[in-house]
Amino acid sequence: MTVPLSWYLIFATALFSIGFFAVLARRNAIAVLMGVELMLNAVNINLVAFWRYLTPTDLSGQIFVVFVFAVAAAEAAVGLALMISIYRTRKTINVDEINELKL
Amino acid sequence: MNGSQILRLLSPELILLITGFVVIGVDLARHREDEGRTAATVAVVGLILASLAAIALYMTSPNAIVFYTLAIDLYGLFFKVASFLGVALVIIASVNFMAGRSKYLGEFYALLVFAALAISVLVSATNLVLVYVGVEFLSITSYILAGFLRGDERSEEAAIKYFLYGASSGAVLLFGMSLLFGLTGSTDLAAVGQALKAGGDMHWLGVVALALVLGGLGYKASLVPFHQWAPDTYDGAPTPISAFLSTASKAAGFAVVGRVFLVAFPDFQPEWSQILAAVAVLTMFVGNLTALKQQSVKRMLAYSSIGQAGYILLGLAAYSMDPTFGGINGLMIYLFGYIFTNVGAFLLLLPIEKKHGSTDMAHFDGLATRAPGVALLMALFLISLAGIPPTAGFIGKFFVFAAVINQKMVWLGALAAVNTVIAAFYYLNVIRRMYFAESSAEGGVSLSRGLLTVLVVNAVMVLAIGIFAQFFMTWVNTSVAWVTASGF
Repeated sequence: MTVPLSWYLIFATALFSIGFFAVLARRNAIAVLMGVELMLNAVNINLVAFWRYLTPTDLSGQIFVVFVFAVAAAEAAVGLALMISIYRTRKTINVDEINELKL
Repeated sequence: MNGSQILRLLSPELILLITGFVVIGVDLARHREDEGRTAATVAVVGLILASLAAIALYMTSPNAIVFYTLAIDLYGLFFKVASFLGVALVIIASVNFMAGRSKYLGEFYALLVFAALAISVLVSATNLVLVYVGVEFLSITSYILAGFLRGDERSEEAAIKYFLYGASSGAVLLFGMSLLFGLTGSTDLAAVGQALKAGGDMHWLGVVALALVLGGLGYKASLVPFHQWAPDTYDGAPTPISAFLSTASKAAGFAVVGRVFLVAFPDFQPEWSQILAAVAVLTMFVGNLTALKQQSVKRMLAYSSIGQAGYILLGLAAYSMDPTFGGINGLMIYLFGYIFTNVGAFLLLLPIEKKHGSTDMAHFDGLATRAPGVALLMALFLISLAGIPPTAGFIGKFFVFAAVINQKMVWLGALAAVNTVIAAFYYLNVIRRMYFAESSAEGGVSLSRGLLTVLVVNAVMVLAIGIFAQFFMTWVNTSVAWVTASGF
């Protein structure tokens, strides 16, 4: 028995939504970043599933996934560095308390 | 295509790449002595050489696709020249501002050069993978630049807000791209467009992908409702970086939105035209109405820059094949003038910030008697932002609005006109305070030589685009020829 494509897509969409919820609901900047990583992994599952089922001879889907990994790593590195720098001056990375700039 | 041809077509990018590394190297050797002046000089020379290389390429009207992913065409080269010049102006103006504020000046200028390289890749990208990599390359350099004043709470806050919005928008963009890949089995924009044209019963999923891609790219162009980061980031970031983010970086966002929509979604024009019109109206109203009540001029300019994004987007919403009022040419001339206008307006805040410590409206009271030159330049940039002739802002608005009327989108034109009036109110209010209000402070403001040069260049360009509009429009109209040629 093979797993149909739609199962992968439903799983990926659910994972994306969970990640998006974390981005919206979590107050800790690191938890928000984890939510973003969930969203990116959902995209990777989508891409690999589409590649396997629709264009198994063309590698562009797989290559896209490799790029997503690499860019996500670079982004996380910069993001965590920013958070460390904020923690040093404010002793918090709760996004609700980083609110000096507003209307 | 052989090696030397590829080198020639990629010469602007290669020059920038080498310049970036040379800037870091030069700084290693010299940064203690001159506070980054040598590094900045090298960076500016590199950017000017890259612009010249891009102009030289432009003269040969190339229409090539390198490595199956980078289109070296007139549209891309137009945006390259405009943003390289914008970044060069920002660097010259940063020299005095950054000296003493940070120890890592070589890295600062190198990052600006790499940001220009990212823009250059982004405006040429014809492949979903490269569009994503370009957006993230530009974003990651921008996060660091926005938070460059380490230990300064406002700068750090600007960076973290930009980062959190940018990272989530990037994921949304990718999800849209993964759906596009699934729908069409290709990551090439043109192939995606062809496959979508063949269509089938999955049209609705194409619209979902389009909306997700617009959400992901729209944050770069600060379109409502993806704009929440913009006011805080423009306000908190070092002022030259605000100037960069609100101009060159935004122009790149519009360039890539334009290319993706026109190449990958030509068949969806009825849908995206409506979506973009709605987004443009929201962007104009939110930006302009919030700008009205700002007490700080920097924050007012931040919101005004969101409002301006709304006008610019009208050009794409009203896209048509019309050779004179096609919309996309209005978008391009608007952005070209806007880069010089807004860089000028933001950089004029530097001397005020330096003298008073903030950019409160009250510090502009009676500026015309204390510093007539500064007040005159500020008035010129504000008049251009308001869209009053004979400035660049007027030409941009004229072509964008004409495209809207040409497409018979009368209600859209009316709403845009209402917004122009609201915007004129707060722009002219600053001019009123500069010229007619009682001065609350003593003494003029001083401009450094570099900053003065940059402001004069900006002012000359703003007036030149306004007065010799014919010349610039010919140039812009040549640059959009690819859209018409691609048989949209």
